[in-house]
Amino acid sequence: MRFQFKTSYNQDIRLFKDRVDASWYGLLAVAVLALPLLMSDYYVGEATWVFIYAICGVSLMVLVGYTGLISLGHAAFLGIGAYAHAYFLEHGIPWVVSVVLAVALTTASGLVVGLPALRMTGIYLAIATLAFSVIIQEVFSRWESVTHGFAGMPVDKPVIFGVPFQDEASFYYLCLFFLVIVLWLTRNLLRSPTGRAWIAIRDSEIAAQSMGVNLAIYKSIAFAYSAALMGMAGALFAHKIAYLAPDIFTILLSIQFLLLVIVGGLGSLHGAVFGAIFVALLPPLIAILRDSIPASMNDAAAAMNIKVLAIVGEGIGNFLRKPGVEAGIFGLILVLVILLEPLGMYGRWVKIRVFFSTFPMYRGATFKRQKSYMRSERLR
Amino acid sequence: MLIYKATELVNFAQGDLLMLGAFVAYMAVVWWGLDYWLAFLISVVTIGIFGALLDATVLRNVIGQPQFAIVMLTIGLGAMFRTFASVTWGSEIYTLPTPFGGVWQVGGVTLSHQYISIVVGTLILCGVLYAFFNHTRIGVAMQATSQNQLAAYYMGVPVKLIFSLIWAISAGTAAAAGILLAPVTLIDINMGLAVALKAFAAAVLGGFGSIPGALVGGIVIGLIELYAGATLPDGFKDTAPYIVLLIMLAVRPQGLFGTMARKKV
Repeated sequence: MRFQFKTSYNQDIRLFKDRVDASWYGLLAVAVLALPLLMSDYYVGEATWVFIYAICGVSLMVLVGYTGLISLGHAAFLGIGAYAHAYFLEHGIPWVVSVVLAVALTTASGLVVGLPALRMTGIYLAIATLAFSVIIQEVFSRWESVTHGFAGMPVDKPVIFGVPFQDEASFYYLCLFFLVIVLWLTRNLLRSPTGRAWIAIRDSEIAAQSMGVNLAIYKSIAFAYSAALMGMAGALFAHKIAYLAPDIFTILLSIQFLLLVIVGGLGSLHGAVFGAIFVALLPPLIAILRDSIPASMNDAAAAMNIKVLAIVGEGIGNFLRKPGVEAGIFGLILVLVILLEPLGMYGRWVKIRVFFSTFPMYRGATFKRQKSYMRSERLR
Repeated sequence: MLIYKATELVNFAQGDLLMLGAFVAYMAVVWWGLDYWLAFLISVVTIGIFGALLDATVLRNVIGQPQFAIVMLTIGLGAMFRTFASVTWGSEIYTLPTPFGGVWQVGGVTLSHQYISIVVGTLILCGVLYAFFNHTRIGVAMQATSQNQLAAYYMGVPVKLIFSLIWAISAGTAAAAGILLAPVTLIDINMGLAVALKAFAAAVLGGFGSIPGALVGGIVIGLIELYAGATLPDGFKDTAPYIVLLIMLAVRPQGLFGTMARKKV
């Protein structure tokens, strides 16, 4: 067991807890940097998706996990970022300037959506952001002079300062660079007074207010910052997907982002990354499974001479091949996570770590939650 | 098509329950050749029982957790229902035959029986629910439960049973709405999503937790959509209700008839 002796208050808000912690992250960095050298282009592409989703996850985590505001419209911000970036690039604006402009635009739109949010909480906010998302989607499909509507909008590979990012590996490093910047920025924000104000708002708005936190300002900052990250993710997303169409940025995508945050674990940046790994890799996993399950079941049936196995395997394969099944599996996982592990993958990770670090002394009740009862928030 | 909300539960799977209800009715009428009214009853009861089971198995576990958990849970359930429907019934579009075929001529306006059946059905449904919540013991107990679970429990209200009942009624209502709506919107797996979004708009506009408010909200949303479609350029028909909703939320978040007090500590 390893103890941390704390000798100053600043130790609580350091970037890394101690040297051991830092060296683990160093190891992770080496592994991630070496990945494109070891893997084929397909997997590097998938890993790039993980990074883009992780930026989206961090964005939503700030809002949902740290400030306690629900947004069902984050796909709209992603869309604004993506379309703005694509539009600016189309008009010959340099890459870096274009990204900055796109981020500025999404930040502004985040502020606008955040305005009504100052007076709303919970479900009203969810519905307001939902309405915003529906409106923005309609704008994407109707404003054809900018977005080309349903005809789609092709996006070229990025060229930064004359350096082209043509192949998968270089784009991988670009996304990785942005993800690290985003994580670092967010981590710094979270350990500053701003982050502590957000957490205070999440835990109790009234308590935060009475401690002198200006709700309007900090909620606006949260919304703007979250939207800005989403805009940045949108710019990368546009390059990755290479062809923008209005029906990408639907409510379903917003829900997928929420799923990412919840499955990863609310209230932790690790959770955003874990969730991104999960959400980005599940569809390819399903695609692999739907071919390999019937095949392997078939082999097993042949080996053991049980015909039923082959039929069952075929059935599973056919089921997974049906349209819409993916959404159902996402739904099922969402339900299971909320029921069984409300803190998500990061919560499970913490539990496992605590189990090993306190090995013979682990008590099951350590993470038990207190039972509570719901009370109406509108008292008549 | 009304989200019924005397309880504090927000159900994002409502639209999908509505869709399931319409499908069950379709099965009963077309596949088994049953009478329309019998099918209506079967569908409402089946979905109602399904709602109660859902509560007993899944939703009871999140009682007392923040509303957010319930919202996400119902979103997840909704996705599962949609997948279930698309696997079971495919993605074709079905039409539900109804006994309402004729038209009435009222002062030069032609009203088809189908639309009248929707209006009358909605009014009856709302009337019954309103009376139920305000004038029966169980209805009042439900309101008490939604306001303060612990206090209701102390007063001898069987909270768990009440919760199951709330879900049963809510699901049954959704099924009934689905059947009423089926002749107009046709049945397919995405009918729930579209309706649910507008229903939320209606509920917010009228004020959550107020049944007459939800009714008025629904009418207002419908009218806005109609006029926007007729007078404004293309594309505003679908977005106008949401624009109104956003303005409404910014100006008067409690809705037209809602009550909202500052949270006390």
